[in-house]
Amino acid sequence: MKTLEELLAIKAKAEKAMNVREEEGAGTRIVVGMATCGIAAGARPVLSGFADEIAKRNLKGVSVSQTGCIGMCQYEPIVEVFEEGKEKVTYIKMTPEKVARVVADHIVNGNPVVEYTVASIDK
Amino acid sequence: MRELSLNILDVAQNSISAGAKLIEINISEDTCENTMLIEIKDDGCGMNEETLMSVQDPFFTTRTTRKVGMGIPLFKMAAEMTGGSFGIESAVGKGTCVKALFKTDNVDFTPLGDIDSTIVTLVTMNTHIDFAYTLKVDESQFTLSTLQLKEILGDVPLDLPDVVMWIKDYLKEQTQIIRGGAV
Repeated sequence: MKTLEELLAIKAKAEKAMNVREEEGAGTRIVVGMATCGIAAGARPVLSGFADEIAKRNLKGVSVSQTGCIGMCQYEPIVEVFEEGKEKVTYIKMTPEKVARVVADHIVNGNPVVEYTVASIDK
Repeated sequence: MRELSLNILDVAQNSISAGAKLIEINISEDTCENTMLIEIKDDGCGMNEETLMSVQDPFFTTRTTRKVGMGIPLFKMAAEMTGGSFGIESAVGKGTCVKALFKTDNVDFTPLGDIDSTIVTLVTMNTHIDFAYTLKVDESQFTLSTLQLKEILGDVPLDLPDVVMWIKDYLKEQTQIIRGGAV
């Protein structure tokens, strides 16, 4: 059973960790489109997929957030990745299955998964 | 939408855009009457009468990227096609309340789906906003209130992985208890 008391333990542990945390890197932002079009196309499990994967790998300086309609509703779920000093990468028709590879190849190793991006449409 | 919980996520996004500080999500099931009432209530900027009339029209939207807004019309349709009902009340400066009543024994009833994911997504992606989620099944109910969680956690954020995990497990356990299943 989860109790509110357990939260106190989490708090104590987190506060300890906060004190020793090093200065974090420049930061990568992962933004998921969560308007009606994105949600209907399956953005919710994609968003939770990123959040879970980031937590699981304990990646620092990576944030996951949501935005409204990006304007290409037919390609939803859409995910944009912003990295300091690099061009934005836009992933289209994302699925929870694709998330792990994007995190491993792109977020961790710096190689965007081109075949999942908007750049792959014309090919 | 394949699940009503996705409609709830979508409608709650409107409350977030409206600058709400507190969003209440109430789901109330009556297994004798075979009904489910879903209520999404916020203290955001509200809407004037003209806007209120037009949000149920698919060809009205406040977004600028295209000209249709399907969120409210889809939710309304999901309720009405089960033989239920739908309503929105709003007052400028006070907030908005969206209510949808579903007949759960109708063949056109869309299942609630993964409501816990909707709540976790809302809570952890909008830590500056407070949420109060109540699930009521007949006479049993439970509430997850972020105000209460924040009081305990202090400066520790709701999107910390350990906290997210706690919220997920808590929702799962409490839902199982009130639905009468074993934990």
